[in-house]
Amino acid sequence: MVKDTRLSTRLWAAANWALIGFFVLNLFAMIATVVTSSFATRWLGTWFPAGWTTRWYSAAWSEFQLSDVLTVTFQIVFLVVFLSGLIGVPAAYALARRDFPGKKLIMLLFLLPLLVPPITFGIPLATVLYRTGLAGSMSGVVLANLVPTVPFVILVMIPFIEQIDTKIEAAARVFGAGTFKLFVHILLPLLMPGILAALLLVLVRTIAMFELTFLTAGPTSQTLVVALYYAVFAAGVRAVQSIDAMAVIYMVTTLVWLVIALRFVNPTQIVARAKR
Amino acid sequence: MSAPATTTPAIPLGQRLAARGLDGLTLLVLPAVLFLLALFIYPFLYGLFLSFTPKAGGALANYQRFFSDSFLYGTIATTLWLALPVTIATLLLAIPIAFRVRLMRHQRLLTTILVIPITLGTVLVAEGLLNYLGPQGWFNRTLMTLGIISSPVKLLHNYWGVMLSLVITGFPFTFLLTLSYLTGVDPALEQAGATLGAGPWDRFRHILLPLLLPGLAITFCLSFVQAFSVFPSAVLLGAPAGPTRVISIAAYQAAFEEYDYSMASAVAMIMGVVQLVIVVAVLGARGLLYRGPAGGGKG
Amino acid sequence: MSIHAANFRELRLDRLCRDFGTHNAVKDVSLTIRQGEFIALLGPSGCGKSTTLNLIAGLLPATGGGIWLDEKRIDPLRPEERGFGMVFQNYALFPHMTVRKNIGFGLKMRGVARAESDRRVAEAVAMVRLQGQEEKLPGQLSGGQQQRVAIARAIAVQPPLVLMDEPLSNLDAKLRLEMRAEIRRIHNTLGATTIYVTHDQEEALSLADRIVVMRDGQIRQVGGPEDLFSRPDHLDVAEFMGFRNKVSGRVASVADGLATVTVGGLGLVGRVRTPVRPGEAAHVSIRPEDLHPVRDGDPGLPAKVVSTEFHGREFVGFARMADDTPLTFLADSRIPHGTDIRLAAQPDSVLVFGEGA
Repeated sequence: MVKDTRLSTRLWAAANWALIGFFVLNLFAMIATVVTSSFATRWLGTWFPAGWTTRWYSAAWSEFQLSDVLTVTFQIVFLVVFLSGLIGVPAAYALARRDFPGKKLIMLLFLLPLLVPPITFGIPLATVLYRTGLAGSMSGVVLANLVPTVPFVILVMIPFIEQIDTKIEAAARVFGAGTFKLFVHILLPLLMPGILAALLLVLVRTIAMFELTFLTAGPTSQTLVVALYYAVFAAGVRAVQSIDAMAVIYMVTTLVWLVIALRFVNPTQIVARAKR
Repeated sequence: MSAPATTTPAIPLGQRLAARGLDGLTLLVLPAVLFLLALFIYPFLYGLFLSFTPKAGGALANYQRFFSDSFLYGTIATTLWLALPVTIATLLLAIPIAFRVRLMRHQRLLTTILVIPITLGTVLVAEGLLNYLGPQGWFNRTLMTLGIISSPVKLLHNYWGVMLSLVITGFPFTFLLTLSYLTGVDPALEQAGATLGAGPWDRFRHILLPLLLPGLAITFCLSFVQAFSVFPSAVLLGAPAGPTRVISIAAYQAAFEEYDYSMASAVAMIMGVVQLVIVVAVLGARGLLYRGPAGGGKG
Repeated sequence: MSIHAANFRELRLDRLCRDFGTHNAVKDVSLTIRQGEFIALLGPSGCGKSTTLNLIAGLLPATGGGIWLDEKRIDPLRPEERGFGMVFQNYALFPHMTVRKNIGFGLKMRGVARAESDRRVAEAVAMVRLQGQEEKLPGQLSGGQQQRVAIARAIAVQPPLVLMDEPLSNLDAKLRLEMRAEIRRIHNTLGATTIYVTHDQEEALSLADRIVVMRDGQIRQVGGPEDLFSRPDHLDVAEFMGFRNKVSGRVASVADGLATVTVGGLGLVGRVRTPVRPGEAAHVSIRPEDLHPVRDGDPGLPAKVVSTEFHGREFVGFARMADDTPLTFLADSRIPHGTDIRLAAQPDSVLVFGEGA
């Protein structure tokens, strides 16, 4: 990181900024198109809509049964968050604190679901879930979503737990804390920031997780993103604005959680942790 | 102890296991392991088995059908023809931006903005691009107003729509990964290079790039795998019956339109193998590179 | 030995400044360094010594003042154009290059021909005594060996100036002594000019021809090791040089460079280091090894013993005066806790500083 002021360096920096600007501009313009359209009365062949209205939101709300969809979405998401924490954190703790034969193999097992994209393992998984009758129900969707989130929690938590000095736990034991008290009074408070960060990311991921939910959901277990997909897929049946209103609702749901998540974690660290 | 006096007293089994790292605490890993065995490994093996028990014909019938029907085997080339350019494009976009962001003091706002597409997800980006890139969308309007083009560019329901949406959704991840590898390189190394007479280009070529390449190889693999499994954008933004009929569409149709789970599993297995081949090739090349820590000394 | 330093007469820092926002990390630093000198920049962490070194290296742009190499102004130059050698605190060895490539990097950047480069790398390797390690990667070397590579890399380009930023701080005590001797030997052999940043006064005293003591971004005192050790000009410098006892009092009289300062009812005589006038407040500094208990009846600073420690050859005592001022002294035997004693020192080993110092 040496400061440099020569012309070629400045030109290069300017080109970089232009690239960043171009990307961000188009990204925002794309989002703005959706938002604008969702408030438009009629928008055909002009820069801006003919007039403004909020009626598409109520239309979308009733047309797509969004209250049901949102309820289902959050039930699924919170179940996934809770269960992946419950299964993932203890496993991460064991892996961070113990070295045992076969640990490498187990680490590989936890790495694979993150390396293999959801649609690849989703199809055999959905097949199995359909055979067992779990697919189409909420529990099937939750189970499918847990496949990538449990390893995600584990891989994010391992380095976090490793950085906590084992002497603190030793000290607590010396002073008479049993396993349960150790966990409640020492580990949980120390791990809380990490758990919170990991679970918030799981939450964002699960809201946005299309493929696994799509492959396993039935009519009563659709999440918002799957409902949105069907709406876009069947475009023409319904007004574009109504679909866009739904898209905005979806966007707000994910972005709110993203902003909350980023208050607790630096995005670079997440990936740095997840990259093994 | 019942052990004879001539041998050393037997250590209880539990203690012996504990000495090897297996005790009560280690068992905490079991629920997660069992869960993944049941819902990841088992379905995978089941799928593999299923793919060899086709609805009709011998064990290899599904695979024979896949590789004799150009409508099916063509999807591999279609997918690669999308995934490889997309991966390279996102990398080429992410590397200079990551370098720029690294020099900034307040990176947080910009990284947050650049990360947004991850959370929006593929479906929303598809819907947004349908509006934005359409013949009457702001993108074409702006270009026409600026006089760069005379009639709208067709970017939807073809290769380019899918390509663009994949770059947008794939960029944040590639960028974050590159940035995190880049921040792992000790800045003192660059300073040392400078005091030894290396200008910016030499510092990049001889110091940063060699230290970054192994990380970039990993980034390439992960981005590639994401792009390879493209599904919603290929359906919504592409031409799912033609130029962007990617392999995941073929798998989906087999499973949920023809209800031929056996064939669907076979396609999923082929998909996995193709990904694996590319990933292994890249990682193999990575094996030739320096892969130690990117720090400048002790600690 | 054909590695030798490039020639110049002097390096001049002229009112050099560096601000970080409103904080002045380096303020009006002026210093002239002659060819062949070994200069130590000494001070506690945050005193601006490393910032000064980075300004000389060009790794940080100055916000005021200038740097001159003879008649040439070098502060607008980029680090790669200055041609100095630098040894970094954590060595900053390129982890993906072998020892040979690390050492040859500067030569390669300068476009030195292959044969010539090979010869100079071999010489630098010999100079730091690393023969046989050329094909290893830095990660395969011990801390001391990495340190040697870092030095070899800096000197292989035959720089007019070698900059060292706390190069020994990562080594254990024994290696530190060994490398200290090595650094001085290499400096002498090359006839190089070295600027060495450290917070360890022992290192500075043993290595340097001249020591620059810094505090709060400014130079406090410049002088030879013996000079600084016995005649610090500043209370801070005195403290840094081991005058650990600091007592406050009022000046009773001044004559012939000696002042009498009244402390706790006793007149303490010492050498005047900064101007003082009778009636003014003043500080008195004394090294623990110069402060001894006196026999009953003789004059001395009254104090109560807190503890004594056995240090092998002597006993080190800790005491407090009535106003709680701590004193450290040498004793011949263990003195029980709570004993009232009187402590005195020879006027020659007592330093008197004015209030403002």
